[in-house]
Amino acid sequence: MRTLLGTEDLDRSALDGLLDDAETFLEVLERPIPKVPALRGRTVATMFFEPSTRTRLSFERAAKALSADTLSFSPGTSSLSKGESLKDTVQTIAAMGADLMVVRHRAVGAPARVAEWTGLPVVNGGDGAHQHPTQALLDALTIRRARGTVEGLRIGIVGDIAHSRVARSDVFAFATLGAEVTLIAPRTLLPVDLTGWPCDVSTDLDAVLGDLDVVYLLRVQTERGGASVFPSLREYLRRFGLTRERFARLRPDTVVLHPGPMNRGVEIEAAVADDPRALVLDQVTNGVAARMAVLFQLLGGADA
Amino acid sequence: MLDLVLRGGRVVTDSSVAVVDVGIAGGEIVALGGHLGEAATEIDCSGALVGPGFVDVHTHVREPGQEWKEDVASASRAAVAGGYTAIVAMPNTDPAIDSSPIARFVVERGSEVGLLDVVAAGAITAGRHGTRLAHLDDLWDAGVRLFTDDGDAVADAAMMRRALEYIGDRGGVLAQHAVDPSLGAGAMHEGWVSSRLGLTGIPAVAETTIVARDLLLVAETGCRYHVQHVAAAGTVELIASAKDRGLPVTAEVTPHHLTFDHTAVLGTTDPVYKMMPPLREPDDVAALRDALRAGVLDMVATDHAPHADHEKDVPFEEAPNGVTGLEWAAAAVNTATALDERSFFEAMSAAPARLVGLTDHGRYPAVGVPANLVVFDPTVTWVPSETMSRSQNSPYLGRPLTGAVRATVVDGRVVWDTGGGADAP
Amino acid sequence: MTSRRVLDDADIRRAIRRIAHEVIERNRGADDVVILGIPTRGVPLATRLAAALSDIEGTPTPVGSIDIGLHRDDLDRRPRVALGPTYVPEPLDHKTVVLVDDVLYTGRTVRAALDALADLGRPDRVQLAVLVDRGHRELPIRPDFVGKNLPTAPGERVTVRLRDVDDDEGVWIEDDR
Repeated sequence: MRTLLGTEDLDRSALDGLLDDAETFLEVLERPIPKVPALRGRTVATMFFEPSTRTRLSFERAAKALSADTLSFSPGTSSLSKGESLKDTVQTIAAMGADLMVVRHRAVGAPARVAEWTGLPVVNGGDGAHQHPTQALLDALTIRRARGTVEGLRIGIVGDIAHSRVARSDVFAFATLGAEVTLIAPRTLLPVDLTGWPCDVSTDLDAVLGDLDVVYLLRVQTERGGASVFPSLREYLRRFGLTRERFARLRPDTVVLHPGPMNRGVEIEAAVADDPRALVLDQVTNGVAARMAVLFQLLGGADA
Repeated sequence: MLDLVLRGGRVVTDSSVAVVDVGIAGGEIVALGGHLGEAATEIDCSGALVGPGFVDVHTHVREPGQEWKEDVASASRAAVAGGYTAIVAMPNTDPAIDSSPIARFVVERGSEVGLLDVVAAGAITAGRHGTRLAHLDDLWDAGVRLFTDDGDAVADAAMMRRALEYIGDRGGVLAQHAVDPSLGAGAMHEGWVSSRLGLTGIPAVAETTIVARDLLLVAETGCRYHVQHVAAAGTVELIASAKDRGLPVTAEVTPHHLTFDHTAVLGTTDPVYKMMPPLREPDDVAALRDALRAGVLDMVATDHAPHADHEKDVPFEEAPNGVTGLEWAAAAVNTATALDERSFFEAMSAAPARLVGLTDHGRYPAVGVPANLVVFDPTVTWVPSETMSRSQNSPYLGRPLTGAVRATVVDGRVVWDTGGGADAP
Repeated sequence: MTSRRVLDDADIRRAIRRIAHEVIERNRGADDVVILGIPTRGVPLATRLAAALSDIEGTPTPVGSIDIGLHRDDLDRRPRVALGPTYVPEPLDHKTVVLVDDVLYTGRTVRAALDALADLGRPDRVQLAVLVDRGHRELPIRPDFVGKNLPTAPGERVTVRLRDVDDDEGVWIEDDR
């Protein structure tokens, strides 16, 4: 594996391999000294052109737990605001000795461009509404640990699918791992053409809720680029939010995931958010381990 | 003695296609026949077609104002390499061609460069801002016959109606860049590829709603109306039905819309596949090819849109729209549609010349006709690897094409000659 | 390819039994001994050694595994191997850890195991038990307990098969020449 740009091209064995390695790294993270020297001497550059503290910190934690050095770039204080191009910026950081770049950018395909321009292994940390593969890995890991396997589970992804890179990465990863995925959203929040997506679609959360093994909630904004996509947040909570009433109708072993940060009172009622079946904090811990697995596989081998 | 003989090609006249020699002197064709005598210059046309030089009614020369992308000189070199004997420069320069001095400047630059005829199109609205009409009479006096705000549509219906009335009165052509701005704010065609990639899409109705509205206004005003770069099957239907009703409508299609569809964006999301209107579905491409063969789409126009490397070397949605195409237009059209000889020259030369009233161009070879000709070999396969343009943003570089321009003659002068013959490597 | 078997299953059984006695003798009993096998084949050997110790001493000897995939110094050169399990059965402070591996060769695997061990706790001492020592050390590492010393040429391959993970049992020397 040279780059991780999305989950569409990861086959079953590649996904299982990453999840298995992630389990090993979870064990490492529980040790008194949660650090191994596997990537000693390597430099991981986190290039976050879209603000995100949580994901960037997660990658940096993962790099450091593997004993790699980190270079952290964010646009606020940089020359990018002086008009330096993306290409020049990444080539400059590459010239400083980065061995791998984690790239988050608001433009679809930016990480692929970066890989072309630098020749370095690149991890997509989120590109526009396209893909966020490490999120899908940590989600799959969380589900696997909670339910024993992802295979055969019925997973519902609820929310603004059209604009969600998390949804796109999750759909392909979960389907490849053998789950049955259903997208649940109002029509205005569904992509225009779902040809080739390995999943079902529903616009009625209440109809499918009782059958789900996993409820995956996406963040919702009612404003996207100035255009109104949904009447109001209150309307959304009523039709698609995980309220206390809906939560009570879930099967006892059904779990709830969310990529964070949660909008309590919008996609999820506050009381539900704190229930032990909501695995958001597990997702965060698993996120570090999943990212360690990715960094290890990209940098720690003969094909690196 | 003749100045120039084009020897042994299949010459496409307005009544026949036959192997004859073409003899040229004093800038015009003086003889057509077998085994013409010696000439000062000879071009071996065996195995190739000889016909009217191509005319492009949609070239962005980028001069004045954006010369880092292209200028009249480099555009002229690319054009003659592509077999063109005349090009119409689009008015979205900086400043825009919305008054006679700019129009004259562009035409004079073309004369100075001296490779082919450069004609100016004029903006419809001042500065192309869409709020008031440009100096249309002033432009007309400078020789402008085609008016367009290309790069932008005239979206306001009242403005469009007024422009059609004004230009229609003079007998000019109003050409529309048919993209509704409120539906056109995306990066690529709205379909399954844009949905997979998470990109905002531009639906086909962004084009068809504008054309449908415009056709109603054309019916009212009677002005000649030309749809630029048709990309959607729905537009083809509207044009066909308008023509059936006798409306003065013409339409152009680009070589890239005949060649590529939206799946080209998958994989590397290369901005070399980003243009406006966007590449659409395979069904649209098929409809465009059929429409060109049937004559519903009258002509090919390149929409040659150079952009510098640093402008296109960015993530997909940040790149400016457009690709270059003058050098490979004929080859691409030949590869994609395999038109018969007459339809080919109708689309590439005769119809565009008629659109803008260029009476010296687009004329089938005959004694007395000005010698604006192209020698085109429709069978040779090759892979473009370089360009005369200042810019490299071409989707054809590195792709095999069938058909190549062997030589271009403007006003009886050989302005492009690859030195190839049927036996040449 | 030539292949000759140098140890059969009975030889392996006797070797483990003998090593168990040596461990007990060296450490005056097995009270504070923890056995850690290095995956892959060090693990079943460790389990058998622990069972032998328990049998002799009458009290169970704790056994676990220590994976070295994250500590190898040759990550760039060798092909990627899947990470194995690390399981520490009880805290290692004040204990005597006996590392177990099937073949001792360059010593790099054991160096990585010592590195990995350092992050897992602080035993009083670490000893090394191997089924086969084939020589050609590249680091100053020496075994405390050896099943069999097998002088080999560098081009030769020592193959250990154990019923737990393979479908045969024994030690072979193989040669591709």
